[in-house]
Amino acid sequence: MPEFVNLTIALIVAAITYGTPFLFGTLGEILTEKSGNLNLGVEGIMFMGGAVGLGGVFYYEKLTGNANGIVAVIVGILCAFIAGCIASLIFSFITITLRANQNVTGLALSIFGTGVGQFIGEYMRVSEGGYIAISNSLKGFFQNSPFPAFLQEIPVVGPILFSSSVFFYMGVVLAIAMHLFLKRSRKGLYLRSVGESPATADAAGINVTRYRYLATVIGGGISAIGGMVYIMTIAGCVWNHEGLSGVGWLAVALVIFCLWRPLSSIWGSILFGALMILYLRLNIPFIPMQIYKILPYVVTVIVLIVSSMRNQKENQPPEGLGLNYFREER
Amino acid sequence: MNKKHEPLIRLAKREMMPKGQVWAIRIGSILLALLLGGFILMAIGVNPIEAYGTIISGSLGKKTALRQTAKIAVPLLGCALAIAPCFKMRFWNIGAEGQITAGAIAASYFALYWADKLPALPLLVIMGAAGAIAGGIWALIPAFFKAKWNTNETLFTLMMNYIVIGIVRWLEGGPWEGRKGSQVIPQFAENACLPRVLGVHCGWIIVLILVVLMHIYMRHTKHGYEIAVIGDSINTARYAGMNVGRIMMRTMFISGAISGLVGFIVASGANGTLYHGVADGVGFTSITVAWLAQLNAFAMVAISGLLAVLTKGAETLQTRLAVPASISEIITGILLFCMLGCEFFINFRLILRAKKQQKEAAAEGKEANENA
Amino acid sequence: METVCAIELKNITKRFGSVVANDGINLSLNRGEILSLLGENGSGKTTLMNMLSGIYYPDEGEICVGGEKVTISSPKDAFRYGIGMIHQHYKLVDVFTAAENIVLGLDDEEKLDMNQTNAKVRAICEKYGFDIDPTKKIYDMSVSQKQTVEIIKVLYRGADILILDEPTAVLTPQETDKLFAVLRNMRADGKAIVIITHKLHEVMALSDKVAVLRKGKYIGTVNTAETNPQALTDMMVGHTVTLNIDRPTYEKPVPRLSLSGVSCFDAEGVKRLDDVSFTAMGGEILGIAGVAGSGQRELLECIAGLHPVSSGSIMYTPDEAAPSDLVGKSPMQIRKSGVAMAFVPEDRLGMGLVGSMGMTGNMMLRSWRKGKSIFVNRKDPNKLANQIWHDLEVVTPSTEFPVRRMSGGNVQKVLVGREIASAPSVLMTAYAVRGLDINTSYTIYNLLTEQKMQGVAVVYVGEDLDVLLELCDRILVLCGGKVSGIVDARTTTKEEVGLLMTRVGGKEAE
Repeated sequence: MPEFVNLTIALIVAAITYGTPFLFGTLGEILTEKSGNLNLGVEGIMFMGGAVGLGGVFYYEKLTGNANGIVAVIVGILCAFIAGCIASLIFSFITITLRANQNVTGLALSIFGTGVGQFIGEYMRVSEGGYIAISNSLKGFFQNSPFPAFLQEIPVVGPILFSSSVFFYMGVVLAIAMHLFLKRSRKGLYLRSVGESPATADAAGINVTRYRYLATVIGGGISAIGGMVYIMTIAGCVWNHEGLSGVGWLAVALVIFCLWRPLSSIWGSILFGALMILYLRLNIPFIPMQIYKILPYVVTVIVLIVSSMRNQKENQPPEGLGLNYFREER
Repeated sequence: MNKKHEPLIRLAKREMMPKGQVWAIRIGSILLALLLGGFILMAIGVNPIEAYGTIISGSLGKKTALRQTAKIAVPLLGCALAIAPCFKMRFWNIGAEGQITAGAIAASYFALYWADKLPALPLLVIMGAAGAIAGGIWALIPAFFKAKWNTNETLFTLMMNYIVIGIVRWLEGGPWEGRKGSQVIPQFAENACLPRVLGVHCGWIIVLILVVLMHIYMRHTKHGYEIAVIGDSINTARYAGMNVGRIMMRTMFISGAISGLVGFIVASGANGTLYHGVADGVGFTSITVAWLAQLNAFAMVAISGLLAVLTKGAETLQTRLAVPASISEIITGILLFCMLGCEFFINFRLILRAKKQQKEAAAEGKEANENA
Repeated sequence: METVCAIELKNITKRFGSVVANDGINLSLNRGEILSLLGENGSGKTTLMNMLSGIYYPDEGEICVGGEKVTISSPKDAFRYGIGMIHQHYKLVDVFTAAENIVLGLDDEEKLDMNQTNAKVRAICEKYGFDIDPTKKIYDMSVSQKQTVEIIKVLYRGADILILDEPTAVLTPQETDKLFAVLRNMRADGKAIVIITHKLHEVMALSDKVAVLRKGKYIGTVNTAETNPQALTDMMVGHTVTLNIDRPTYEKPVPRLSLSGVSCFDAEGVKRLDDVSFTAMGGEILGIAGVAGSGQRELLECIAGLHPVSSGSIMYTPDEAAPSDLVGKSPMQIRKSGVAMAFVPEDRLGMGLVGSMGMTGNMMLRSWRKGKSIFVNRKDPNKLANQIWHDLEVVTPSTEFPVRRMSGGNVQKVLVGREIASAPSVLMTAYAVRGLDINTSYTIYNLLTEQKMQGVAVVYVGEDLDVLLELCDRILVLCGGKVSGIVDARTTTKEEVGLLMTRVGGKEAE
């Protein structure tokens, strides 16, 4: 096989690996924003998810001694999810019930969440004597493909389709499920109406507060899984706040880039993942590697501008995005 | 029958609360935050009173500590001042982080390449001006699109942060790299660094002057008036003959320019060089500072001071009691949550079902007078 | 068809504080009938119907649906009894399709099946003759299509008593005809329909019965076949009430503002003013009468430069200067040349006032740009604020107290006071006494008359015909964006103006 093809395949596989945390972060934020809540705390949520997820798996292995890989993955997901739910519950309470400004509260959550993530990561490191190790066999469950070897060995198709970590496939399933939920189900329709026009939804007898709470809390939980995925796959099961920082903000950008569509977030996150690692794989002269890294943001800005210039109703943010709803203020 | 559908608690906008009560609620929220933070400290086996004592003594106790604290507070305050006019206009500029960085880049250019040609004073003035202009232009871009096509400014300004930070990373490893392979921009020459006054770089004087200027700008100038009217109602602003788009762009330029100036202060005063973390989250934290101060310039001094004390104090906490310094971010977060949440009790009134009947009658009477 | 009673209202009374919005109202409607609820603005029509749809709860009286006494305390209750109301302001999600909007909020547990929903919507359309594609998005729809969606929404939920609040206010004549055809189909299907309106010709064309309200009181119900527009007008406007507003005559009125052939369109492309021509004289009060939404707002905004004029000219003649055309000038230029406008919108704030500022801040809205200094002059506005506070007896703790927190009447005093204080040569006011008590209203009338006697051309848009008749010198009547007549207020009668408002017997202007 020509080297070019090999390179491309390697690039795609790596892009998927790097894109998977984005996929979760973005899907969670899409769900949140569809309800009309702009949660800028994704960065903090992913930090918390990463630290708590790692902690959960570590202590699970430490306490049981002989850990089961599948259970460990479930523990990791659950711990991260719950951490994300708690974080976004704080956000929901302050913005939905107490009606504080969403931007400011989201930023506060970012500060708080990165602090908590950092704190837990540090605290575990110190209290466990400087190093948190997860056994290699357990790591495999997080990092290796769930498919049998013969599938992965199919030329071209094998590595691209079957060699990624289990989380990527979960993310894809989640994206499809979320797409179906938003587009096909009654609850999804109601949720979108809450995000577009809470007054209309309220008049139609839909409980705006409940929908916003549920979407934001669950969305936060999903985003948090992305943080855990980053730590357990890319960072190699050790706490790495340097690497994780900025991932949450990119996930927020990706939501815009995908125009709030769960299905687009699959290829969108792979693309963002590719841009993150492109400089390692592919050197184009005249374009310095750091410039690659800002491409996702530049592209997002362009998407934002173009969609506002076109003013197509379909591609706009949910109309009620970022605005709190108070019935008597009509 | 009618009662069945009444919720247990109902909300109503509050007319006006006595000043004393307002402050009681706000101070109460700070105490609550410290209490919650205390529980966390207790959970990890640290005596909260001792920890808070360490935070205070570690940030304000000694002269050197005090200087460190001031150094943290300066950019926070400066940037909060920058954000105030935007937020007053209800233009959600969360791109201060990038505007600081853009300003720092421009200032650094002169620091790196003009230092041998100019004496300190003109060089610093040029650096400051360049920083302000660069920050202003960086802020003007999203404002232009907002004015022209109503592009969502929250998301736009957010993206602009990462673009400019990426540019710094490129400069670090590329054109401005010091020693080959170091990925670091060299230290500025002596004459490109802000002189010290009372042991802290003189940025604090600039920022304090800005506090007064911003207060005057917002309260007493035509620009400030225009900003306030637009923030209240764009329709009324048009009725009064204001060019809303132009005012938006102008205000964003000013806001970006102040952030850019802060970028210059940080690069030239605090760090003596440019690196990608020059803004270090200040652009985000200062938004919460500005908002919690209700956009009042003098209140921002107090709040940025409070956050700086927490940050500096937590560093001492780490060295003395081995508590990770990130505790400061946690307590800051809790503090912000409590202070944001407490405004609700100032703005809204909770009406319990039992009390409802008579109040309802009064409220309806008022409504009818207005409707009739 | 046999007559089955659909709704019966017995002695319904609704008070808002001391104001009686509905006073002992009786009404009954059978299935297969269309009832028009007729009355001027503020006569309590919408309040009454809101009690049927569960938004308000009556203080006294009872409601019977299908012969049984019922309690309606929420919109959900109303639906249970098959009552559906189509409000004036549509509540639809723009990016959804018609069908998606229609099923919104239905708490069925069953799976959402858009194909089935679309089919069901199409069936309703076919049955009554609606022309709507259920898969079309709301933002692609015209106003009348949006209204159709609202109607189908109600029908989809199985309503058989429909209430439409001024459904034709936003429709073109062709669309109105279509709507009426649909309503007739529904009548044939045995639905009971109430339409709230103040357009007489529609009443005559569509309804079986007419119930008339006037100032919250029930005047009576007549069969459409047995009445005529003249009789209905008499019922609607009642007898002239003498108000004793002082009306001096100004010696030598001069032309100030001449409109010729002014037309304009709104954002949706609907013609709002159609070939309007008139002259406002300095030293007189020109009243503008017309049912709500006849183009009053657009007329004032066109003159003030806030609404684009599509054709025609607005010639303005200041003292000792050549006439100039205001069309194409900016609001600022127009204001500077001496044309002032005090428009009190429904929500009072939002146009002309800054809610979060005090009186002083709002006075500055007029003068903020004065002078070369970068600082705003607060002294003069503050003086003015104090003067208005004192002269007009505005109730406020201080001139810094946010106007949003003031009561309605005081807000209006601030607005009108400020416009008068700018010493204009043309002063336009709209709904200046909306919601004010009698004494305050007289304060405002006197202020306007004072201005007139100083040679100002005053344009007064009002709702109360009695006031127009006594305050103004001439009255211009707008109907559907056209001038249906200009009459001398001293010699005309309430009936004549009322008829012009509904264009019965309307004649071309001048």
